[in-house]
Amino acid sequence: ALVLLLCALRAGGTELTFELPDSDKQCFHQELERGLKFTLDYQVVITGGHYDVDCYVEDPNGRMIYKETKKQYDSFPHRTEVKGVYTFCFSNEFSTFSHKTVYFDFQVGDEPPILPDMSNRVTALTQMESACVTIHEALNTVIDSQTHYRLREAQDRSRAEDLNGRVSYWSVGETLILFVVSIGQVMLLKSFFTEKRPGSGGAGT
Amino acid sequence: LALYFHSGEREEKCIIEDVPSDTLVIGNYKVQRWDIHKQDFLESAPGLGMFVTVTTPSAEVLLSKLYGPQGTFSFTSYLSGEHVICLQSNSTRFVSFAGSKLRIHLDIRVGEHFLDESVVQAKDKVNEVNFRLEHLIEQIQHISKEQNYEREREEKFRKTSEETNSNILWWAVVQTLILISIGIWQIKSLRDFFISKKLV
Repeated sequence: ALVLLLCALRAGGTELTFELPDSDKQCFHQELERGLKFTLDYQVVITGGHYDVDCYVEDPNGRMIYKETKKQYDSFPHRTEVKGVYTFCFSNEFSTFSHKTVYFDFQVGDEPPILPDMSNRVTALTQMESACVTIHEALNTVIDSQTHYRLREAQDRSRAEDLNGRVSYWSVGETLILFVVSIGQVMLLKSFFTEKRPGSGGAGT
Repeated sequence: LALYFHSGEREEKCIIEDVPSDTLVIGNYKVQRWDIHKQDFLESAPGLGMFVTVTTPSAEVLLSKLYGPQGTFSFTSYLSGEHVICLQSNSTRFVSFAGSKLRIHLDIRVGEHFLDESVVQAKDKVNEVNFRLEHLIEQIQHISKEQNYEREREEKFRKTSEETNSNILWWAVVQTLILISIGIWQIKSLRDFFISKKLV
C-alpha cells in the first residue's frame, strides 16, 4: 500500500491542440507554486512544411529554463523553484509559408490520489481499494499511450496523403512532358531538313 | 482554472480537438480584459462575453453561443474527427488600440472520466467504492471508443498507402508503354520523312 501512495500519479493538467500560423508565436501561462513538478510534452502533428517548431519555457523571473529550436517533439520535466507565473511559448517565426498544428500536454504536480484519505490512513487499503487504485493508474497510462499513438498516426497519415497527391500530380505532369518533348523532337528534326527556299534540294547531314 | 493565454480583443483563437464519436467534451473558460489605467487585468469586465463556436469535421457548426465573461460549454460529438472550438470576444471596439488585450483562461476535458469530488462525500464505504468503480468503467469505455476511432483511421491510412502503391505501379507501366510507342512512332515518322525527302 505504501508503494502505491508514493507513486506519482498522472497530474491535473491541460492538453491542447492548436494551429500555429506561419511567422507566429503562441504563448501560454500558468501560475505555479514552489516545489511543484511539472512536465511539458509537445509534438508537431500536421504541417505543410517540416515537422518542427521552436519552444521555450520561462520562469517567473524571466529566466529561460528550457529552449529548443526546430524540434518535432520533446518532453520537458521540471521542478519549480520559484512561485509565480510560468510561460511557455511555441514559435513558428522561422517559417514563412507553412502553418503547423501543435499538440502540447502540460501536466502539473501530483494528482490527488483516487481515494482521498489514502495518505492519512493508518490501516492498509482493502483489496477492493487497492485494485481500484491500480486500475486507475493503469488506465491513465493507457490514455497517455493512446494520445501518443493518435498523434503519431495523424502525422504518418498526413505524410501518406501528401505522398499520394504528389505521386498523382507528378505522374500526370511527366506524361504530358513526355508527349510534348517527343512530338517536339520530331517536329524540330523535320524542320531542319525542310528548306524554305524553293528550288534547292534537301540539305545533307 | 490554471492555464491562460493572451489574445487580441477581436481575435479569434481556436483549439482543435480530435475526438471519437459520441464523446462529451466540456470546456470552461474565464476571460479578463486589460485595463489601461490600472495596468492590470480586470477581475470582471461587465458586458464582456465570448462567442464560442464549435465546428464538426464536416464543417458544420455544432455550437454557436454567446457566454458571459466566465462560462462552461459542452457538446457531444456525433461524428468522429477533428472538432474546432473557437473563442472570440463580443467586443464591439472597432479599433483595438495599443495595449488592449484579453487574458483567456481555458480548460477543456474530453470524455467524462474526471472525478467529481463533491459527490463522493458519502460516508458509506460501499457507495464510495461503487462510485470509484463507475468512474473507472467510464474511463474504460472512453478508451474503447478511442481505440475504435483509431482503427477507423488506421484503415483510412492503409487505404491511402495502398492507393499510392498501386498508383505508382500503374503510372510506371503506362509511362513505359507510352515511351515505347512514342519511340516507335518517332523512328517511323522520321524514316518516312527522310524517304520522302530522298535522303535515304
